[in-house]
Amino acid sequence: METPEQIRDRLLARFPGAPVTLVPNGAPGGQASLLLEPSQAREMAEFLRDDPSLQLDFCSNMTGVDWPQAGCLEAVYHLYSMARKHGPLVIRQRTANRADGAAVASLTPVWRSAEFQEREAFDLFGIGFTGHPDLRRILMWDGFEDHPMRKDYAEPDDYEWEPTPHDAVLAKARLHYASAPVAPPAKEASP
Amino acid sequence: MTAPPELFASDPSSRVRPVHDEFHGDLLEVSMGPHHPSTHGVFRMNVTLDGETVVKLKPVLGYLHRNHEKIGEKASYLGSLPFTDRLDYFCSMTNSWAYALAVEKLTGQAVPERAEYLRVILAELTRLINHTCLAGFLLQDGGASGTPLMYAFREREKILDLFESLSGSRMMCNYQRFGGCRVDPSPAWLEGAQRVTDGYGAFLDEFESLLTGNEILMARTQGIGRLAPALAVSAGVTGPMLRASGVDYDLRKVDGYGIYPRFAFRIPLGDHGDTYDRYMIRILEMRESIGILRQALRDIPGGPCLDPGAKLRGLRPKAGEAYARIEGPKGEIGFYLISDGSPSPYRYRVRPPSFINLTLLEDLCLGHTVADAVVILGSIDIVLGEVDR
Amino acid sequence: MLGTGLLHGLKVTAKNLVGSFHDPARYVTTEYPEVKAPQPENARSFPFLVSESAADPMGTMRCVACQICEKECPPQCIYIEKSKDKKPGPDGRMQLYPAVFDIDISVCMSCQICVEVCPFDAIRMDQIFEIATTERFSALLFDREKLAKPNAYYHQLHPTEAAEVDARRQAAEAKTRAKAAKPASVQPPTAPGAKAQNPPGNAP
Repeated sequence: METPEQIRDRLLARFPGAPVTLVPNGAPGGQASLLLEPSQAREMAEFLRDDPSLQLDFCSNMTGVDWPQAGCLEAVYHLYSMARKHGPLVIRQRTANRADGAAVASLTPVWRSAEFQEREAFDLFGIGFTGHPDLRRILMWDGFEDHPMRKDYAEPDDYEWEPTPHDAVLAKARLHYASAPVAPPAKEASP
Repeated sequence: MTAPPELFASDPSSRVRPVHDEFHGDLLEVSMGPHHPSTHGVFRMNVTLDGETVVKLKPVLGYLHRNHEKIGEKASYLGSLPFTDRLDYFCSMTNSWAYALAVEKLTGQAVPERAEYLRVILAELTRLINHTCLAGFLLQDGGASGTPLMYAFREREKILDLFESLSGSRMMCNYQRFGGCRVDPSPAWLEGAQRVTDGYGAFLDEFESLLTGNEILMARTQGIGRLAPALAVSAGVTGPMLRASGVDYDLRKVDGYGIYPRFAFRIPLGDHGDTYDRYMIRILEMRESIGILRQALRDIPGGPCLDPGAKLRGLRPKAGEAYARIEGPKGEIGFYLISDGSPSPYRYRVRPPSFINLTLLEDLCLGHTVADAVVILGSIDIVLGEVDR
Repeated sequence: MLGTGLLHGLKVTAKNLVGSFHDPARYVTTEYPEVKAPQPENARSFPFLVSESAADPMGTMRCVACQICEKECPPQCIYIEKSKDKKPGPDGRMQLYPAVFDIDISVCMSCQICVEVCPFDAIRMDQIFEIATTERFSALLFDREKLAKPNAYYHQLHPTEAAEVDARRQAAEAKTRAKAAKPASVQPPTAPGAKAQNPPGNAP
């Protein structure tokens, strides 16, 4: 299969004016990935799927990543080819910010395997996917608010006494119970 | 009746025909689960029925969601290993192999040869457990009240005894490490594994004579839940479910991870893509696994089972990312790790085969009866620990 | 003929049914609790602390409260408080000991990472599992007294492993003793009293 650099060049040639950036990978022997612009991501994905030399027809993994310092959310896709048995190609889309309406293009119409995984990224990260046929929460219940996998997710304060609290949990214990962690409060020591 | 051939149903409600028709009654919406003996865990399906025919099916997930990926971000790399056992709790050896492979890719860690053989032996034993139990559960869902399931469990106990004497625990083995395996098996253990492998063929013969030609099984599973190959590829279906539709894609051959290229084994493919094919593929894969086990047990070399330079505690890989995948018994299980140089991963993602295979549940069940929906779900082979993480 | 598959199946179930009366391979139920299935040597359930002597488990604990197991434990079920003073350890040197060592076994997932990372062979896996209780918190929090068990118990549970550990510790001890006994060294010899607290590895 062609290298990510070669694929990037072909995408730039095929879609003039649409930026495609190479994102380096620091792991030993790590493969670089391609950052696509959400406005053209769907067409580019169809090109990657249908191009005869690539035929990347299998979207193996789709996930979200939260980058609070960069101020964006990212959707990462790992593409392989079942027809040609090669891969992977990693493509990414980034949102403009981490606000409520942040969205990227949904690639579910291109690869059906992204359907549930994009729903999960929406549920756990809050990344919107325009063009997704049924974008609603999948792992959390429907009325849930907030997005649990974000780095700044504040867990609800439903602390229950634990005998061996550490660090952050010990701090929570001290807020709730005067004497922690030696003994449970009197009301819970019922037989 | 088979599902319509289009790759994607843009409006599932268009298949729901209008009510208040003088010849038909109302549609009935049934919530199957989450407390249901046939849903393989806490899984719920909102099924809309026209009589007994399924016209709409929406899976509801998340009852076993433990936010495993966030735990992975807080725990160290070594500390996440026991949690990987709890994803697909039937197949702890393959889950932790996939995770160890991802970390080894991230750090460039080498694995000694004996450890590679051990990993193959344990992965194939896990495949035997998983497929045997799946056949049992499928029949249980079909109404066979537990007899094939109990025979499957009886055989599984022998392999679980092997796991217990090797790693200390039957299911939550915590056995793979970055750079090899934790415990070196004794020659007595290898002999025990050889005995189990030799006896498995006879067990499979008996199991098949109970099931494969059984008219009731054939009537209930043949032609049910047909999956077209193009739809399977697009939906990211992997594992036996994909191969039952005739797509030749097995990561042991495609990626050739570990030392699988050294072993001679075939990949069974199905012709029809229905539930019976999914069952038969698993039986045939078990026979191939026995062959791989024989070869691996014959050829396993001596040497260390863990690379002496492997760093376990306090591992801090350089910043970068890696995605590693293996052919687990349920499909492609992969781990995607992003490291930022700290002792815990920045992003820890599990690619769950059961979750992605479930994408097509509605497509497969439309037009079939509600009893078939249970059997189709059984043939997809899900484990909620992996679906929900 | 329609039904031959079913007949083959009935033959299999009949073989299993009849076989379960005389063939142990067909009847595999162990009638617990009257009969207990033996556990292999490697089996693990929850951790325990190793003490050298049964007569004084608190005083001869190998644990020096380094807190590595507490840090590495994935579900964070260990709670350790270091002592304020030092006590002579098995090799005669003054070392810290855990004033509090709690393991919450309702949280412990028996992963055995604490055992792997302990540099002092102080914590090992037990095999007890019949510890169900009716009290939710206090009875499932094992403290130092409940966790400390003698080395002889360790030998009973895991004979091969315990023998290996003892051999390794004795070799390390012999090396330190040889170094201390060298005439060119200015280190004082170990106090005679300390030797009395250091019984040979296999003593009860």
